[in-house]
Amino acid sequence: MTEFLNDWGISLMVFLPLVGAVLLAFVPAKDEESIKLVALVASLATAAVGVLLIWNFDFDAAQTLQYDVNTGWIDIVNARYHVALDGISLPLIALTLLVVPLVIIYSWNHIPAPGNPKVFLMLILVLHTGMLGSFVAQDLVLFFVFFEVVLLPMYFMIGVWGGEDRLYAAIKFFLYTLFGSALMLVSFLALYWSAGSTTFDMVELAQEVAARDISLTTQVLIFGGMFLGFGIKVPMFPFHTWLPDAHTQAPTQGSVILAAVLLKLGTYGFVRIAIPILPEAAVEWAPWIGLLSVIGIIYGALGCLAQTDMKRLIAFSSVAHMGYVMLGIATLTSFGINAAIFGMVAHGLITGMLFFIAGSIKDRYHTLEIKRLGGLLVQAPRMGWILGFCTMASLGLPGLAGFWGEFPAILAAYNPADGVSQTLFRVYMVIAAIGTVFAAGYLLWLLQRTAFGTPSEEFAEDPEITDMVATEWISWTPLLILIVVFGFVPGIIFGITNPAVIEGLQALSQGAR
Amino acid sequence: MLSLLAQIDQPSFVRPEIDWHGVAPELLLLGLGALVTTLDIIFLERIRRFMPMLTGIAFLIPLIPILTLWSQSEDLPRVMFDGAYVIDRYSLALKVLFLLSGYIVVLLSTDYMAEGDYYDSEFYQLISASILGMVVMSSARDLISIFVALELISIPAYLMAAWRKRDLKSNEAGLKYMLMGVFASAIMLYGMSILYGFAGDTKLSSIATAIDFGGDTAPIVTLAIVFTVIGFGFKVSAVPFHTWAPDTYEGAPTPLTAFLAVASKAAGFVALISIVLVALPNQADVVQPLMWVLSAVTMTVGNLIAIRQTNIVRMLAYSGVAQAGYMLAPLAVYGQEFNETNPANAIVNYLLVYAAMNFGAFAVVLLGARKTRSGEISSYGGLMNYAPGLGAAMTLFLFSLAGIPPVGGWWAKFQIFNVLTQNASWAGISLAVIAAVNSVFAAFYYLNIAKQMWFMPEPNEDHTPIRFPAPLATALAITVIATIVFGILPGITGDLSDFTNLAAR
Repeated sequence: MTEFLNDWGISLMVFLPLVGAVLLAFVPAKDEESIKLVALVASLATAAVGVLLIWNFDFDAAQTLQYDVNTGWIDIVNARYHVALDGISLPLIALTLLVVPLVIIYSWNHIPAPGNPKVFLMLILVLHTGMLGSFVAQDLVLFFVFFEVVLLPMYFMIGVWGGEDRLYAAIKFFLYTLFGSALMLVSFLALYWSAGSTTFDMVELAQEVAARDISLTTQVLIFGGMFLGFGIKVPMFPFHTWLPDAHTQAPTQGSVILAAVLLKLGTYGFVRIAIPILPEAAVEWAPWIGLLSVIGIIYGALGCLAQTDMKRLIAFSSVAHMGYVMLGIATLTSFGINAAIFGMVAHGLITGMLFFIAGSIKDRYHTLEIKRLGGLLVQAPRMGWILGFCTMASLGLPGLAGFWGEFPAILAAYNPADGVSQTLFRVYMVIAAIGTVFAAGYLLWLLQRTAFGTPSEEFAEDPEITDMVATEWISWTPLLILIVVFGFVPGIIFGITNPAVIEGLQALSQGAR
Repeated sequence: MLSLLAQIDQPSFVRPEIDWHGVAPELLLLGLGALVTTLDIIFLERIRRFMPMLTGIAFLIPLIPILTLWSQSEDLPRVMFDGAYVIDRYSLALKVLFLLSGYIVVLLSTDYMAEGDYYDSEFYQLISASILGMVVMSSARDLISIFVALELISIPAYLMAAWRKRDLKSNEAGLKYMLMGVFASAIMLYGMSILYGFAGDTKLSSIATAIDFGGDTAPIVTLAIVFTVIGFGFKVSAVPFHTWAPDTYEGAPTPLTAFLAVASKAAGFVALISIVLVALPNQADVVQPLMWVLSAVTMTVGNLIAIRQTNIVRMLAYSGVAQAGYMLAPLAVYGQEFNETNPANAIVNYLLVYAAMNFGAFAVVLLGARKTRSGEISSYGGLMNYAPGLGAAMTLFLFSLAGIPPVGGWWAKFQIFNVLTQNASWAGISLAVIAAVNSVFAAFYYLNIAKQMWFMPEPNEDHTPIRFPAPLATALAITVIATIVFGILPGITGDLSDFTNLAAR
């Protein structure tokens, strides 16, 4: 069993959703029940394989690559099929494995217009393969391929099942991301050749870069290419403008996956690729990344205060939250990066939940305009309470998951890595701390205007407005439980990520010497 | 005077050694083409129905000697006529590409020609002649054989472009293509004649030694290089020599457009690779900047104009211009110091993938036009609703053209980037960045068609499904499979052109 997992476990997990998507193609489009069932079974089977992998994961050696599979793929350019799991990937894999089945369950009675669950679920499954693949790839070319695979399904999900302005949002999402990833590919190749490397393997490439004397200017420029690729995906200010459009127009399922997993591909790229491979350039870039992060925090918060649409508000709050994650990464300390990974998971759970709620409100009220909403606690008390709970989690209330993403990241900025300006980061720290006040402001204001008060006249007697339904309970409960669990026992995640983060930063401490 | 007399005294013409196995593909194609023509003359109307099939078989049979040549790899490269005609893995891979391209063009033409009341038998015979020129071009390492092959490719194409003779646009297409083509040939010939005059030999490898002074390129040689490259610039539709392409593509019969956009352009690139890499290996100081500018301008202008197009064939024409820009890029950094990846390898990889995806896109255009009778991009509205299979195939080709994994196009682009970044030179990296930005422009117009198919309703509420004639369906199947395989297992093309070295320098 262990042997099987070692050799085939990860590949099975990554490609099972794709198999599900292919199977779906053969189910007649009219048979909607079977279509949903096949999709759910595929995602649950994937999750089952994932659970087995996590169960057998050696947590005492979380810094080593486990279930390592490394075989030839494109020999002519030395790109290999190299997948493995370590402490940095594991939390994100777990998050993906959790979110996708929940989204499919939610789809049971929430297929957005114009219907066609068959293609919709096929796209979600293809997306699943792309996301899992990106998190396990240990080869830059393989990573690039998976990183790009997620573009297609998301483009079609926004474009076909999205809101009124979907065409604009879909193309904007696609072109922004493509621009970043094209330059990212160029910088991968420039790195490969300037290191005189014979491999695209992330770990070996990092060693070769360290052994070779590449001029700092070259390193900084190559890092710049990666920064564009990952930074647009995060998204960092000033590349964030695709996000509010994409989130607002995407169907609920798309928004949830986008917020919970896709944005993490960018931050993961920094932690996994950019910083370990180019530590010296990372030190040069850190002040700028930190600056853009705090601008993102404040700008996102101010943006939230100006929004009239609930979904758009949550989207802007994502910009602010990812700012904290990037600030944690920019400190280049193990403390900061651990906080960042925690922040990724927490943001995935909480913002995913907020988008679920927004979707359900939209289904009932057919609008997300904050002005027209109100009195959710009267009309749908349970959903109102859950919204309250999630806003609390999102603003970083201690005892819930959001706190452990934000607070340590701010704290880490007090004492950044050697070679990074301490004064500057302490200024950033203060600004980021002010940002949390804004966050409390816009989230509580949102809660006040949507959940409190009495329902407006136009919806007061609306029979469509009901409280929670079964699929919502099933798909939301796990997320809510985890928000509490991670809030009380943050050590679960920190324990897994810490050894791997320290391993990744080793090159940095050696470089600084 | 004395020397001339001395020459007369020498023993007269001796037939050079001919490697019959080596030229078997060319001879078979020639013989079968002649046979098909003879059959047509004898049986006239009675055999007309079978012409496409016979021509298709004539393209497939020469693959057999290519296979046997390939399997005896220890004998490669086979060199004939003192190095003027070379059979190596590189040329064999290209011959396969050209023969299969011919086969696919025949599949694309079958119904179009049969339904159009044109002179269909003659059309296939002209295609055979043109393909023969390409097969010869793959092996030609001599100015004269390159020129003859180029004219053998072009002259039938001029005729075929004007095939729909009752259509003004087709006449315009043929005339424009011919005038521009002849003009380009003249310029190229002038450049070649200077090269010959300087080197005293037409063999590319002799030219290389004759014009190498170990330093800067002589001005007269520079002039010759610029003229020759401009001549090929017309053939591969590089900006600013591309102006014929959109009008010709739009007016010509659509299968012939596919032929021009893929096979004919590929032949131009093959000749360009041979001349640049074999005859001008030491003239990088002239050729590199020339190619850098041509490539950057071609991809940018092609993409920007393509965004404005409303007709799908014109859009594909401009996108083809842009793709030519990407393919020119590796020649901007070629040189002696390449040992791992050479520019020819990247270009040939690109050509293979490009052939698969572009033929596929044209197959969809032909199938779509059978229903909508229109080439407007807006006529693709709602294709996913009434023909999901066709829509999915087109989506695949479009994403491949845009270079999005996991379909073939990404590998083609990857190879180009790989060569450009290889020496970590400023010229290479800056061109790679320009190409990367361009791929975003390109994605915009490719996605525009995807948008019509997926997001827009059908024009005229016409939901009748599209009928797939067998030849077009076969072409579609071949191209879909090739596009996917190139994307997921790129090693396959890698193996083919792994041996790309223009032997017998």
